[in-house]
Amino acid sequence: MAYIPTGGRAGRRAAITALIVGALGLVACGKSKSGGAAKDVELLNVSYDPTRELWRDLNEKFIAAYEKESGTKVTIKQSHGGSSTQARAVIDGLEADVVTLASYLDTEAISKKGLIQPNWIDKLPSRSLPYTSTVIFVVRKGNPKAIKDWPDLIKPGVEVITPNPKTSGNGYLSFFSAWGSVVLRGGSRDDAITYVTQLYKQVPVLDSGARGATTTFVQKKIGDVHLAWENEAHLEVREAKGELELVYPPISIRAEPHVAIVDGNVDRKDTRKAAEAYLKFAYTDEGQEIAAKHFYRPSNEAILKKHAATFPELRLFAITEIAKDFPDAHKQFIGEGGVFDTIYSPKK
Amino acid sequence: MASVNRRVLPGFSLTLGYTVFYLGVLVLLPITAVFIKASSLSLHEFLGAVWTERARAAYLLTFGTSFLAAVANVVLGGLIAWVLTRYTFPGKRILDSLVDLPLALPTAVGGLIYASLYVENGWIGRYLVPLGIRGAYTRLGIVLVLIFVGLPFVVRTVQPVLEDLDPEAEEASSSLGATRWQTFTHVILPTLYPALITGFALAFARSIGEYGSVVFISGNMPFKTEIAPILIVARLEEFAYGEATAIAVVLLAISFSMLLVVNLLESWSRRHDR
Repeated sequence: MAYIPTGGRAGRRAAITALIVGALGLVACGKSKSGGAAKDVELLNVSYDPTRELWRDLNEKFIAAYEKESGTKVTIKQSHGGSSTQARAVIDGLEADVVTLASYLDTEAISKKGLIQPNWIDKLPSRSLPYTSTVIFVVRKGNPKAIKDWPDLIKPGVEVITPNPKTSGNGYLSFFSAWGSVVLRGGSRDDAITYVTQLYKQVPVLDSGARGATTTFVQKKIGDVHLAWENEAHLEVREAKGELELVYPPISIRAEPHVAIVDGNVDRKDTRKAAEAYLKFAYTDEGQEIAAKHFYRPSNEAILKKHAATFPELRLFAITEIAKDFPDAHKQFIGEGGVFDTIYSPKK
Repeated sequence: MASVNRRVLPGFSLTLGYTVFYLGVLVLLPITAVFIKASSLSLHEFLGAVWTERARAAYLLTFGTSFLAAVANVVLGGLIAWVLTRYTFPGKRILDSLVDLPLALPTAVGGLIYASLYVENGWIGRYLVPLGIRGAYTRLGIVLVLIFVGLPFVVRTVQPVLEDLDPEAEEASSSLGATRWQTFTHVILPTLYPALITGFALAFARSIGEYGSVVFISGNMPFKTEIAPILIVARLEEFAYGEATAIAVVLLAISFSMLLVVNLLESWSRRHDR
């Protein structure tokens, strides 16, 4: 035990290693300090699932434009997932500079926690909506069940695919659309309840999210009509190579995927300037064209008109026409004890 | 056995300290957080969240399908473990590693694949659906995927015990005049009980918490194929953290008491074997 063969040398080696590691650390710190604050900016855009390609396109164009304009090099990271899951991540500390989520509910939930200023919706043009969307129908080739409008969905033998309103944004927007299609065309509340009850009886599978529903309809070939996000519907039909068709009902909901700056995070990270420029870029003609290319309805009327072939006109009603606001609609129709809960009875 | 020094290696207090620390940080702390979050509700709100008719139907479904799947896994897994330890055949290594696959595969993928196999136009479904057997969007479908995710647990707990089982005991039994069935039920099975019970408990517990695969095959119809974890997700969607954790607390409490019973059963069978 007295003889320690390499203790001294090993000790020295460890010390040298530590020195090297330490020195490298210092170099790294120094580098990030000198480079970070002055020039490069990194932004994190927390968004929902189907916007991946849209924002990738927007990022690319924005980075080039912003560098030319201000000399600052921006890198943008994107995070995608279920919209409310993403909102919860931001609430719990994911350092998003901007959020571009699917629904007012999610952005408002972050705002309620104090990370976004209360009047966020008026901070950017068009109520913080660079683009909007809606829910439309996708049917099988030739539309064999002759589905043209909401009442056609409850004809005997028609199977409807839509995700669970309780777990999916696509799901509750479909529900709101169905509801609005009755009450905004002269139906009473009772008529609407009768309609949605019958509608959900004809839903054979309640997938938990939009992607699951698409798989059910397209790959497993279940159902006659799929109530889908407009942008997803276009992609779905394009990829099906003639097996599927789009149907625009005369009326549907205006889906509002708001964008917002996460004030709490940009002020701390000192990225406000770039973040604001980033979101404003989505409103430029270039940004609006990109939105249209990805089948989101541009909020710029002129550009929307230009793409009238892609975006047929239909009556897009606002959530305020069927409820006070989004949280109220969710509570009334989808939340615990709401209309949706009464559709399913234990005996069935 | 009692005379053997139990501490050949030193460091009992140190390792115990680590054990308690890690268990505390990794398991106890998050679970305590769940309970604290749920206790932000009043008793009335708590009951309102966890004891609706719909929630009760979901618990029953979750525990019922998990139980059935675990039972099926004990039989199937025991058989697979037997074949893998007792026989040599070409491709055995590959079969053996196949068993672990359900652990590695994202369970959502498993659920999607199962669902597409068992729907009416799927590879298996096209033969079964005409017979009235629907493996997708039914309770049967849930059991099927739960068998899938739970299988490795039974096989991997039974396998080492079977490997240690001395064939001489079986030879002795048969040379003493026991029939094959008697040898199986009186010699082999009793040694396997503790491992089978542990495997059952692991597969069962795994199934209760399973979400990813089930949502894709169950169809999520309230009162029919809606499992309890879906209710949690639905409540989270409304940013109702308290109510969501309340349901989690109920699941935890039921699972914990069931695992406790299973553990007691296991130690009882250990004491009574041979």
